[in-house]
Amino acid sequence: MKRFISMTMAVLMALSLVACGGGSSSAAGGSSAASGAASGEGGSIKIGLLANTSDANANYGNAVKNGVMLYIDEVNAAGGVNGKQIEVIAYDDKGDATEAVTAFSRLVDDGVTAVIGGVLTGTTLAVADETYEIGMPQITASATAPGVTLLDPEDESAGIRENVFRACFIDPFQGEKMAEYASERLGATTAAVIFENGNDYSVGLKDAFVAKCEELGIQVVATEAYSTGDVDFKAQLTNIAGQNPDVVFSPNYYEDDGMIVTQAREVGVTGTFLGGDGWGSVKNYASAEDLEGSVYCSGYAPGSSDAVKQFEADYQAAYGEDIPNMFAPLGYDAAMLMLNAIQAAEEQGLEACTDAYYQAVIDAMSATEGLEGITGTYQFDEQNNPIKSAAIMKLEGGDEVFTELF
Amino acid sequence: MSLLSTIVSQVINGLQSGSIYALVALGYSMVYGIILLLNFAHGDIIMVGAYAAWMCMVNFHLHPVASILVAVLASTLLGVIIEKVAYTPLRSAPRLSLLITAIGVSFLLENGAQLIFGAGAKDMSEPMALFTTGPSITLGSSTLSFPAILTIVVSLIAMAALTFLVQKTKLGKAMRAVSEDMGAAQLMGISLNATISFTFMLGSALAGIGAILYLCAYPQVSPTMGSMLGLKAFVAAVLGGIGSIPGAMVGGFVIGLAEALVSAVGLSVWKDGVVFAILIVVLLVKPSGLLGRSTTEKV
Repeated sequence: MKRFISMTMAVLMALSLVACGGGSSSAAGGSSAASGAASGEGGSIKIGLLANTSDANANYGNAVKNGVMLYIDEVNAAGGVNGKQIEVIAYDDKGDATEAVTAFSRLVDDGVTAVIGGVLTGTTLAVADETYEIGMPQITASATAPGVTLLDPEDESAGIRENVFRACFIDPFQGEKMAEYASERLGATTAAVIFENGNDYSVGLKDAFVAKCEELGIQVVATEAYSTGDVDFKAQLTNIAGQNPDVVFSPNYYEDDGMIVTQAREVGVTGTFLGGDGWGSVKNYASAEDLEGSVYCSGYAPGSSDAVKQFEADYQAAYGEDIPNMFAPLGYDAAMLMLNAIQAAEEQGLEACTDAYYQAVIDAMSATEGLEGITGTYQFDEQNNPIKSAAIMKLEGGDEVFTELF
Repeated sequence: MSLLSTIVSQVINGLQSGSIYALVALGYSMVYGIILLLNFAHGDIIMVGAYAAWMCMVNFHLHPVASILVAVLASTLLGVIIEKVAYTPLRSAPRLSLLITAIGVSFLLENGAQLIFGAGAKDMSEPMALFTTGPSITLGSSTLSFPAILTIVVSLIAMAALTFLVQKTKLGKAMRAVSEDMGAAQLMGISLNATISFTFMLGSALAGIGAILYLCAYPQVSPTMGSMLGLKAFVAAVLGGIGSIPGAMVGGFVIGLAEALVSAVGLSVWKDGVVFAILIVVLLVKPSGLLGRSTTEKV
C-alpha cells in the first residue's frame, strides 16, 4: 500500500513535470500574419509577437495581439515602412516562461528583427533575458515589473537592459499611485492587502503599495496571500474583516479580483477596494453592488479624445467587439513605438538582424519624444519606462467609468 | 470583530471548503476501494459537470433546477463512458498503466474543455443566485451563509446515503465483495462489469453534485478548476484512509479546516504547503490513513 502510493506520487510528479516543460514541443502552431504582398519587390520586415492567447489570462493576450495587428494592418495598408510590408510572426506562449523562451528561439530561427511581447510579467522577464544577450530590440505592451528593463530590480545601479522597452506603467508606479489616491482622495488611514503569492506582478504592486503607505502614514493592518488557482479567499478575508481597514488593495487579475470582492462582502469587509490595471473587465466577474465604489488605475481612458474614439471604432470594425480592456490600446501603442523606431533604422539603409540595425532601432526608441499614442503621449525615462499619467477607473452601477487622470 | 468570532468564522470557512473536498474525496475513495485505481480524472469530471450547468443556464436558459439535474447526469454519463473506453480494456494490465491512463484522461478533458469553451473563466454568479441566496444563521457576529449551510448539509446527506448504500443494500454488498476479491466475487455470480460501472456512476454523480456545490460557493467555471481541487481531495482521501467512506469525509474536513486555520494565524502564504506537507507526513507515518484498514503486504 505504502509502496504503491509512493510510486503513484513519483509517477504523478514526473508526469506533471513533463506536462509543464515538455508541452512546449507541442506548442500551438504560430500564425504568420502578413497582409498584402509580403514578398513584393520592397521585401518585408519580420517582427515577432509573443502573447498568451490560450491560457487563463488569454483575455490580455488576445487583446494585445488584436491591438498590435490593428496597427500593423493599418501601416501595411498605407504602404508599410520604407516601402516594405511588415510581416508579423505570432506564437502563443501560454503565459508560461518556459514556453515563451521556446517560442522566442523559434522566432529567432524564423528571422525576426524585433520582438513585441510578452504580455504577462513572468513571460516577458524570461524573454528579456534572451533578447538582452543578442541585443535584439523588444517592447512589451503590458509587463509591469521593474525587472523587465532593470537588470537587478533590487539594485538600480546594476544597469538596465538597453534593448527592452515597455508601453505601460511599472508595478511600483501603480502601487504608489493607489496608495497616494487612498490617502489624498479617500482619506484612508488603515489599509489591508491581499495578493497572489509567487506572481511577480501581484507581489511587485503589493511591495510598492506597502512602502508608499508607510511613507504616507497609512497603517497596513493585514497582508494576506493566496496561491495561483485558489478560489476560496474567505479565510484570508476574515482576517482582513477583523481589522476593519479603510481600503483593501487587491493587485491581482480580474477573475480572482471578482471572487475576492464577492467573498469579502460576504465575510463583512466594508472597506473600499483598490486595484491595479489587472482589474480591467472585472465588472463581468462580480455583482454591481459588491463592486460599487471600487477604484483601479489603468493606462487607458476610454472615449477621452478623438484619437481614442477613432481607435475604438476601428477596433470594433476589425474584430466585431468593443475594446475588452486596456491591453488592446497598449498593444496598439507598443506596435506603434516599435515601427516608429524601425523606420529610423530602415531609413539608414541598414540590414535587418544585424547589430547595427538593432542598435539603430534601440537608439530611435530611446529618443522617442511626443509620440501620440492611444494611452498617452510617449517619451521614455532613463530606465526605458514611459512617462505618462494614470487613468483612474471607478466601478459605478456595474460599469467601469473613467473619472480622472491622477 | 472579536477574537472569538474571528475564530468561529474561520472554522465555518474551513467547514465549507472542507465539505467540498470531502465530497470529491468520496468519489476518489470509492473507485480506489473497488479497483485500486486512483482516478485522477475525477477532478476534471467536476469541471465538465460545471460546464454542463453553465451551458444549460446561460446558453439554453433552462431552469436552474433542471440545469443541475442535467449537470449531474452529464458527469455520471461521462464517468461511465471514461470507465468503458479507457479503464475496462486495461483491467488486467498492471495498475500503473491504469494510473497513467487516468492522468491522460485528465489532460484530455482539461485541454478539450479549453478548446471548446476557451481558456478564460465564465462567471456564473447570476444564474446560480437561486442557490446562493437564502436564509443564513448568525452566530454572534459571524454568519453561516446559505451556500455554506447547503454545502455542509448536502455533503453530510451524501455521505449518509452512500454509507447506507454500501452497507445495507445488495448492490453495496456486491461492491464490497468485488473490492474484497474480484475472482471470488465473480464465481459467486456477481457481475464484475455491472458492479464496477455502478461504482463509477456513483462516484461521478457525486462529482456532479460536487460541481454544483462548488459553483454555489465559487461561481466561476474554468478548464483547470478541477485540477487543484482534485489534488487536495486526493490528499484528503489519503489522510482519511483511501478506500474508506467516513475516512474521506473526515479527511476532507481536516484539510479544509487546516487551510482556514493556517490562514487565520496569518500564514496564508504557506496554505498549500501545509496541505501537501500533511500528505507527506501521512505517507511517512501512517500510510493507511486515519480510518483506513492497515494491510500487510504478502511477501
